[in-house]
Parts: sequence; structure tokens; C-alpha cells
Amino acid sequence: MDGVEQRDTEATAPSVIDRYYTRWFRADMKGKPCEDHCILQHSNRLCVITLAETHPILQDGRAIKNINYQISNCCSRLNNKVSGKSKRGGQFLTDFAPLCRITCTDETEYTIYSCIRGRLLEVNESILETPTLLLEKPSTEGYIAVILPKFEESKRITENLLSREEFETVVSKRIVAQSQPS
Amino acid sequence: MTYSGTRAAMLPLKDGDKPVVRKLLSSGCCARCVLRFCCISVQAAYRKPPQETLEELRAFIGNTENGKSQQSASDSHDAAGSEPPGEPPMKRAKLEPVEPGAAVGGDASAVVKVEEEESSVCVACLGILQELSGPTQAVKIAERVKEGEYEFDTLVLSVSLPAQLCVREHSCWLHVKKELREKSAALAKDDVIPVKEAFKWIMQGLVAKELGGVAVVIRSLFEVSVEFTHPETEADCHFLASTCASCFKPTKNKQSVFTRMAVVKALEKISDAVFLKHYAFPPPRPSSSCVPQDVKCLHTSIFIAGRYNKFCRSLPQTPWVIDGERRMESSVEELIAAPVLLSFRAAGFNFSSSGREDVDVRTLGNGRPFAMELLNPHRSKLSREEMKHLQETINKSSDKIRVRDLQIVSREAMGRMKEGEEAKTKSYTALVWTQKAIQSQDIAFIDGIKDLTLDQKTPLRVLHRRPLAVRQRVVHRMITRYLDPHHFHLELKTQAGTYIKEFVHGDFGRTKPNMSVLLKMDTDILELDVESVDVDWPPSIPE
Repeated sequence: MDGVEQRDTEATAPSVIDRYYTRWFRADMKGKPCEDHCILQHSNRLCVITLAETHPILQDGRAIKNINYQISNCCSRLNNKVSGKSKRGGQFLTDFAPLCRITCTDETEYTIYSCIRGRLLEVNESILETPTLLLEKPSTEGYIAVILPKFEESKRITENLLSREEFETVVSKRIVAQSQPS
Repeated sequence: MTYSGTRAAMLPLKDGDKPVVRKLLSSGCCARCVLRFCCISVQAAYRKPPQETLEELRAFIGNTENGKSQQSASDSHDAAGSEPPGEPPMKRAKLEPVEPGAAVGGDASAVVKVEEEESSVCVACLGILQELSGPTQAVKIAERVKEGEYEFDTLVLSVSLPAQLCVREHSCWLHVKKELREKSAALAKDDVIPVKEAFKWIMQGLVAKELGGVAVVIRSLFEVSVEFTHPETEADCHFLASTCASCFKPTKNKQSVFTRMAVVKALEKISDAVFLKHYAFPPPRPSSSCVPQDVKCLHTSIFIAGRYNKFCRSLPQTPWVIDGERRMESSVEELIAAPVLLSFRAAGFNFSSSGREDVDVRTLGNGRPFAMELLNPHRSKLSREEMKHLQETINKSSDKIRVRDLQIVSREAMGRMKEGEEAKTKSYTALVWTQKAIQSQDIAFIDGIKDLTLDQKTPLRVLHRRPLAVRQRVVHRMITRYLDPHHFHLELKTQAGTYIKEFVHGDFGRTKPNMSVLLKMDTDILELDVESVDVDWPPSIPE
């Protein structure tokens, strides 16, 4: 095989995400400050919903008390069952459909949203067993859900989303605003 | 007198056939169709020039002079109230006043009718057994076969007739049946010689002769298809849709709903009375013959098998086309198919293999078994030498692939190959990257893991086109080869259907366990090679 560079320190190499996914963002979801979501869009149009690194859950050393996929009396995301190639039966979500509610040990509560229109394929049950995954690996093993947009809509879903550069601009503006004396 | 006349003795006709012959001739049937309704199964009778047969038939019915007066008494019983008034031959024949109830016959009307019949298209076969069968047509068919330059030992001649022929046949049969019933004779529809059969009796020998004596048989690898259409009378079967609507369901393809099968089914169901109400006897005379469509030649598919290597990391197995645009140049199947199609002069192909590898994965070792169905090959046999030469041609054409064990196999062989896909093991080598720095002892324990069972959820990269499921797959054994603090080679032997890339990087934790979990650090796969596909098919061909 080809030769490779030798480095003793933790090396960075193009990750699976960098190779196959495009990162999109939604900032201040539902007007709530800093509740930023990161949507990983695969080249095959599937989207993985994750917390952006700026999300409050991932700040200030918070610990997770509870993750609940039961979003209403009659709807639990855990009951989502898809079958067949066309994924029949998956719950259809709109941008602001709640995926789950997360309660931290400091009693702060957060709702994670779909961010895009599409069919819910799966929610991550591993984080129910091991909530630390969400804190340690929010972009990979700590993902929230996988959504499949409709074929016709797959190109348009990014219209409401921020690209990485746009999101970084939003974040840097926040930092400026915070650092200014009130 | 059992047989009437010396000429008619050449045809095995009986007295009882006379009214049938008379009726059919006067209704516009050609001579050969008359033979069919008389159940003449002597093939040679149909091969005679139609004019000759017609004269024999006329002579046969004409020789009733002696028994005419006796006949006319009984015939008048038949004629009265039989044919509908609008029958052209009867009308034209009235040069001399015809007594009501007089039998058809008598010289004057016969003369007029001769001219009529010679120029008219048969109401039963629509000309197929008239000028559309014979030496001229055989030459035309043979020409088309020769043009194709096919290789064949035998051929089967198939003929496709317009559906409305069944309706006309049914009409003629009902009336002949009625004619005979009154004489206490029976006529089952199966006893009547079908148009298709008579056509083949005439044409098979002639076509065989034109093609140098090739055997024209019932089943063959090579089929010559002759098709006739008759737009003029297509509406003949439409009435059946109202009498038997359930037989005619509209199909997805917008083709006519009046298929031959549907028409036959409807005719089986319809009662005689209802049929006669809708469809007159004799059937209306057509103004033209059937139109012969282009003769089609088709050789049954040939199957080629072999094993292929892929040495390139930017070559898909099948053409990569999105939205009509080709995303990657060429493909494994196209590189193999091009020389093969040329050698066998085939129109197209279907490629399949025992599993598949990604664009960026090489296939090394003995290669992956594949099979190709060649469609309508003009050549069907290649010698061992020629196959070797073909294999060399493929291998010389590109350095991206290589083919071995190229051979002709049977259709059943395709099943053997797909067996391998599920059941057999495969071996790989992966280049693994680790996030943390490692030393060779850190990965040594991996070599000791045997038969590791994985739970693999459908990888995200294929989830858009595969059902969501969890599959258990076994990694039988692994061997590591340390490279540097962030890289090592991993050799694996796994159950068929194991997703290797996902085992290495974990696919968001959806494959468990995975290499990241085993090493307790982030890992990724940089390169992958298939080392062996452990299927012992196709048989290896020594080089």
C-alpha cells in the first residue's frame, strides 16, 4: 500500500465525516440562545442529526440525568419502525418536530429538534444506555437520529440551513457580543 | 359411391365433406382452409400449389351431376333460411335465375365464382395460406436469416398470427359444425387443422431447403419468428369485450388489450348463440392480405463465466451514472464485456458477480467470480483456443482489470455463483489509522481474537437503498502488521456479507463491536483490498 507520514502526536486525518458528509447547522433553534444543531448530510442524502459543539448541554461540564424519546402522550420516537427499502412506517418529521428531551443534572432541560423535513429512520438508543457518549462524542457515537428526506426535497432541505462558514460567522458574532461591556 | 371423381381421390375426402366444401368455398375460404376444416392431416396436401388444390376441390363437388336431383331435394332443406342475404358470391351468381333452394353448383354460376375466388383474400386465413406461404416467402425468410450471419445447427420456425383470426376460425367452425350436425356427423374444434400448423407444414421444408438443408425442428436454440398483422380487421374481435369483459383487462403497457390469449379465452367462454348474434357467417371479405412484419431471428442466451481482478482504486464495478450523467469513466463490467460482445457478436449483456467491491477497493488474489449472460449471440461456440485468445484480448485492453478462467457455462451455473455470495468466506487487507499513537504490542491481542460476532446495522452509506436491519456477521480471524505509531495493516477473514469499512470505523457506533471499541480510540480505514473470494466456482482453467 502507499507510504504514510509518521507522527508521534495525535494526528488528524480526513475523518469518515469529512470524506462522506457535509456539515450543516441550525443556530438558536426555536429562538433559544445557543441551542445549535449540526446536521451531517451524506452524499446519498441521508441526514444524521447531532448536537453542535456550541450546544449548552456540551458546556460547563454538565452531566446528563435523563434522555426521553417520549415527546408526547401518544408519540415516542422509540416506537418508530421502518420496513422495506422505501422505509415505510417511519414517522414523518417537519423542521421543528421534537426528537427527544434531555434533562441535565443541574435541572436544565433541552429539546432536540429534527431541523429538516423527512422520514425518521432511527434514533440513537445507545445514548439511553450510555449518556456520556453524547457528551464525549456528540458528532459520532453520540448522534441523535437519522432522517431520510424525500427524494424530491433532498436538494432543497439545505435552504434553511447554515453552511459551516455561515455558522462560524454566527458563533463569532456571539463571542463579540458577549465580550462587549453591557 | 364413397369417393366422388378420380381427381378427388388424391385427397382423402368423403361424401360427407361435400356440403362443407361447398359452403366454405362459396363463403370465401381458400382451398387450403377448406382442407383444414375437412380435417385433412396429410401434410403433402398443403404443399401443392393452391390453384391445384382448388381445382381438385371443385372437381370433387362438381361431380354431383349424377346425384344432383337427389341432392337438391335434401340440399334445399339446408339452403332455405341459411345464409344471410348479403352474401356476395350468391348475389353475383344470379346471372341465371336461381331457384330458391337450389344447390350451389351448376356450370354458369360456377364460372362467375371462379373469377371471384381466384382474386379474393380468404376470409379464414386472411391470405396467410394463400400467397403468404410458398417458395417466394421461404426465400425471403432465408435471406433474413443469412443476413444475420448466425451460427446454428437447427432452427425453430415460429409464427405469430393476428388475434382476429381466432374469431374468424370460430365462425367458420360453428357453421361447418352446424352443417355436419344435420348429417349426424360431429366436428370437434381440435380436429380442425389450425392455420399455424398448416403454415408450418408448408414453410418448414421450404425454408430448410433454402438454408442448405438445416433441420427445422420443434425446439432449438435458434428461433426464426414470422409475424403477420392485419389492421383492416382488428375490430373483428372488439365485440368480445362486451360479451366477456372479464377476459380483457387493460394492461400497464398501452398495447392492445385484445391479445391472442385473451381472445381465445373469450371464445372458449362465449356461447354459440351469443357469438352468432354478434358475428356473421361468412366473415366479411377482407380487401387485402395480412401484412408480414420483419422476420426476427433470436439465438438463445449464452453464458460466460470467469474471475476478475481489479487493480484500480477509481473504477466502479458497474457504470456510475447519476441524472443521466456519467460520474466515473468506464467500469469493470464494460471493460470485460466489450471484447466478449465482439467475439460472440451479441446484442447486449447482463453482468452479475459473487458480491461486489466499492469503487476504491482493489480485488487481488484469484479474483471474484462473475458471470455474463450474452443476449442474442450470433456466434454460440468458441473453441478453447478462441476463449484463451478472448481472455488475452480483455487482459491486454486495460491494466485496471484482469480476467482468468474465462469459459462458457450453462444457465444453471448462474445459481452456483450466487450461492457463493451468501455462504462463503472472504479475506481482506485494510490499512487502519489510529487517532492515538500506538506501539506494536498494543495491537498484538487482536491476532488472538477468533470468530468475533458483530452486530451490524445497515451502514448509513447504503441505508438509502437497503432496508434498515441488524445483521450478525462473524470475523473469523485477524492478523495485524504494525506500520508506524498511527498506522497498521489488518488482515481479516470474514463471513460473506460483512461490511469491513464499518467494522474498522464503527459507522457512528452502529456496528458493534468495532475496531475503535477494541482499541479504545478513534480508528479509520484508509485503504481496503479484497485478497480472496473463497468460492470454488467457476472451475479453474490452467493457463
